[in-house]
Amino acid sequence: MDYKAPNSIDEAVKLLAEAKGAARVLAGGTDLLVQIRAGLAKPPLVVDVKNIPELRKISTDSDGIHIGAAVSGAELGEHDEVKAAWPGVVEATELIGSTQIQGRASLGGNLCNASPAADTVPALVAAGAICIIAGPDGQREAAVEHVATGPGQTTLKNGEFVTEFRLPKKLPRSADAYLRFIPRTEMDIAVVGAGVYLTLDEKGVCQQARVALGAVAPTVLLVGDGSKAIVGSSLDDAALDRLKAAASAACNPIDDKRGTVEFRVSVAGVLAKRAALIAKQRAEVN
Amino acid sequence: MKNETQEFKWVGKRPIRPDGVDKVTGRAKFGADMHLPGMLIGRVLRSPHAHARIRSIDTTKAASLPGVKAVVTGSDFPPPPPPVWQAAGEVPVNFRDLARNVMARDKALYDGHAVAAVAATSAAIAEEAIDLIEVDYEVLPHVIDVKAAMKPDAPLLHDDLFTDGVSPKPDKPSNIAKRMEFAVGDIEAGFSKADVVIEREFTTKPVHQGYIEPHACVVDSSEDGRLFIHCSSQGQFMVRQFCARVLDVEISKVTVVPAEIGGGFGGKTTVYLEPTAGLLSRITGRPVKMVMSRTEVFRASGPTSGGATKIKIGATKDGTITAAQATLAYQAGAFPGSPIGPGCMCAFAPYNIQNVNVVGHDVVVNRPKVAAYRAPGAPISEFGVECVIDEIAEKLSIDPIALREKNAARQGTKAYYGPTFGPIGFVETLEAAKQHPHYSAPLGENQGRGVASGFWFNIGGDSSASVHINEDGTATVIEGNPDIGGSRASLAQMAAEVLGIDYDKIRITVADTSSVGYNFLTGGSRVTFASGKAVIEAANGAISELCARAAKLWEIDADAVEWVDGEARPAGDNAGDFEPMPLSTIAGASGKTGGPISGHASLNVKGAGPGFGTHICDVEVDQETGRVSVIRYTAVQDVGRAIHPGYVEGQLQGGVAQGVGWALNEEYIYDKDGRLDNPGFLDYRVPVASDLPMIDTVLVEVPNPNHPYGVRGVGEVPIIPPMAAVANAISDALGVRLKDLPMSPPKVLASLSNGGSRTPS
Ligand SMILES: Cc1cc2nc3c(=O)[nH]c(=O)nc-3n(C[C@H](O)[C@H](O)[C@H](O)COP(=O)(O)OP(=O)(O)OC[C@H]3O[C@@H](n4cnc5c(N)ncnc54)[C@H](O)[C@@H]3O)c2cc1C
Repeated sequence: MDYKAPNSIDEAVKLLAEAKGAARVLAGGTDLLVQIRAGLAKPPLVVDVKNIPELRKISTDSDGIHIGAAVSGAELGEHDEVKAAWPGVVEATELIGSTQIQGRASLGGNLCNASPAADTVPALVAAGAICIIAGPDGQREAAVEHVATGPGQTTLKNGEFVTEFRLPKKLPRSADAYLRFIPRTEMDIAVVGAGVYLTLDEKGVCQQARVALGAVAPTVLLVGDGSKAIVGSSLDDAALDRLKAAASAACNPIDDKRGTVEFRVSVAGVLAKRAALIAKQRAEVN
Repeated sequence: MKNETQEFKWVGKRPIRPDGVDKVTGRAKFGADMHLPGMLIGRVLRSPHAHARIRSIDTTKAASLPGVKAVVTGSDFPPPPPPVWQAAGEVPVNFRDLARNVMARDKALYDGHAVAAVAATSAAIAEEAIDLIEVDYEVLPHVIDVKAAMKPDAPLLHDDLFTDGVSPKPDKPSNIAKRMEFAVGDIEAGFSKADVVIEREFTTKPVHQGYIEPHACVVDSSEDGRLFIHCSSQGQFMVRQFCARVLDVEISKVTVVPAEIGGGFGGKTTVYLEPTAGLLSRITGRPVKMVMSRTEVFRASGPTSGGATKIKIGATKDGTITAAQATLAYQAGAFPGSPIGPGCMCAFAPYNIQNVNVVGHDVVVNRPKVAAYRAPGAPISEFGVECVIDEIAEKLSIDPIALREKNAARQGTKAYYGPTFGPIGFVETLEAAKQHPHYSAPLGENQGRGVASGFWFNIGGDSSASVHINEDGTATVIEGNPDIGGSRASLAQMAAEVLGIDYDKIRITVADTSSVGYNFLTGGSRVTFASGKAVIEAANGAISELCARAAKLWEIDADAVEWVDGEARPAGDNAGDFEPMPLSTIAGASGKTGGPISGHASLNVKGAGPGFGTHICDVEVDQETGRVSVIRYTAVQDVGRAIHPGYVEGQLQGGVAQGVGWALNEEYIYDKDGRLDNPGFLDYRVPVASDLPMIDTVLVEVPNPNHPYGVRGVGEVPIIPPMAAVANAISDALGVRLKDLPMSPPKVLASLSNGGSRTPS
């Protein structure tokens, strides 16, 4: 196994594109190294992207917030601007693992590992985040929900990797929230995850909403009927019940060691409702 | 309740443990920390099938890989010894089955069963070689569930296994290895006297001890057939005997050096890797190191049994239990030997019941052979019993502690399994629980409170120890039990108390099998009790010698010297008028008075004091997700006397933590092919620290008269009550009685949609 740690995006693209066999990007390594040690991945080349400055930066401009794909959870969690604007994305990131894992785990790794249970992905999808992808043919953009296509599968082509995430500029009276269900309190994988973003008008009526669910289908789901259920409402009980039903209806989960179909469907509705309520409370005060 | 009659200088205090510094600095050497020159690395090939005949194994490719020094399969081992059962801790062993568990012979009996092993110059080569071994399996139908395994048409694991304990002797083989029955009184008459009779069925899942340190050893075989074994286990003498039997060598040729142990809880009372490493070393002439991965620990080392139990209890309106019946079936794993015996004997032991009938079955299934786990067998049967008792209390509108008190076993109660209890502290634990502020604290919405009790025998057994007085007045204590729960501290405290010198003047060593007399393993909550007695007796031996030496220096009779507060004093006025002579002075002069001063003891210790505990648990249930959070927990236990209260409290807290895991989330999940689907800590969910509240402990001290300081075993009782305490608390919160462990969120949620749920009272 070869290890390279390039200093630029171009160099990384070149290494990845020219590698023989399935080269792998290494960010924090909290998924990849575990897979290598378990014998599940045997990449001939590992390209560590942590030395590329763009991938380690958080910046703000008129478009919104740019987060480098290899920024660690701990760095994100201490960034006041991101925390204030996108508390749901930050809380999802901070749920990953433990203090030790937080020092390493990245958004890029969480997305590109393509686990349906990845915690930051529903939050990023609800937030309407896009990612910037570098590759042999230059740079392209993709909505976060269009990157993973199934467990372990992505739309990234040979030589491509994610360099950055962009979160939209925060609107007044808007907020996001993320909740997950695990049987324990930490160090576990989401049985269900739910991210909700919404904006309110001055009267408290919901103007826009995005609802995303994790771990209930082969990929993270953007639940269109979920936003329909609450847009135009003031998130009264009836609207929340509609949201709950829409979220449950969208699920297409499997029975596995982490939860039954029935359980996941039911809890997805509950979490969507609870996340919407938290987002509403946050939106009311900012 | 505290025994205040005597004041001690060291007993009952909380000094720092002698092994503490090495453990917090990383200096302590655990099983995997040993390296020897020229050492090879061993790896095991494990069956991917739950049940398969091994038609052939082709090792040629593996053996010819450069760097591979040996490949072994079952046929390279000596023939297994005859299947004679012998006591080996809390779960009996027979060496035929042990040998076949260490390495499969004609059949692989579970996913993870060892079928071959290699030794190579590196781990990477060993792993590559494992992949090159070709095994031709004939996959056979398998059975995982205990009830399914008992059916007449179930796939048979062993065609030479006939149910023991039934007459006439069956003529057809069965997966039921044994049937046993305990009965007193007239069970039918007892039930007919009852005003309320409740019968319920329960299931529990096998749960793993979850020790953090995987099994690990280094074995070095010499040209003249000696074996040097460095490993982490609960008993170096156990490892010595087991390896000697499996490899067919004399015990005197085997030396086992105990490593520090990173948790055992019963799971390290047997061997898995050591005989294989020994064989590989014998063939290669080089030391061989073997370390299990966590996956291997789950797939191949023993959890405790899962069980299916039926419990029936009858009581009159005033709460008197008139009859109690239990039918128990325990999974033994691939070979007979579940803890069904203790399960039967403990079930109703906390209560004084005139009519009792308990029937137990030991059942083989295609899972790893079970090993001991804290109070083996007792939590499985007592879980159901404590839930039914709670239901009876509810039906009769009697406080659950009061109901237990009314029926509690006391001194003089004859237990249905035989003995008559001496001084025991069950009632005292109930009383302390009732008085505890926790029991009357208000509960919030969606919260409930449950109570449960537990009983365990505790054991004594063989222990040896030596006490050496050093020339500077310090002392060395040599003992032979791996220190799992702070026993070095407790033993040193007792030695300090007896010798009358400071605790930090004593250095205590857990010795290898050639350096101390025989010690039975660390298990059965026996070490502070039994090995404590050996240390006390050895210290008293040293004191006799110290007195004799003082007498010599004073030129008086040895009988005329007594030992008080660490110094020799003339015993009374007519002995003579001498200044007291401290230990250090006598020690310094030992060269002139007869040489080194020491004391030794080798004992078979009897009279272990039975242990009882009563726990109070509060839970909060999320009714929309089924998630149960334990929000407050109090464990009350009769500990006889807490030599080191801090480590006793730690035992109670640890047992509760493991019991809560057993109650809420821990389970082995097998797929339809009988493969373990969750062999790791991600999906085998032991509680993490943030899952638990601070666990409060109350130490009740009813001294055991058979120990100089009143010690009872404490390490096992605390894992018994939690499952029922949690279930009873959930019932209090929701009005649903859950009978199948674990009470994981999907199960709790399903029970609510099946008609449970009520607005909490
Ligand atoms: C103990 C533990 C607990 C965990 N808990 C959680 C949890 O609670 N929730 C959760 O969602 N996850 C959890 N994880 C999984 C993991 O930590 C997260 O998925 C994390 O975000 C991965 O980030 P990383 O930077 O470490 O990724 P890496 O391991 O470096 O990479 C993961 C995958 O993504 C690819 N990759 C990485 N960066 C890029 C990029 N920029 N472009 C293209 N491909 C890329 C890699 O090639 C690899 O396939 C846990 C892991 C561990 C070990």
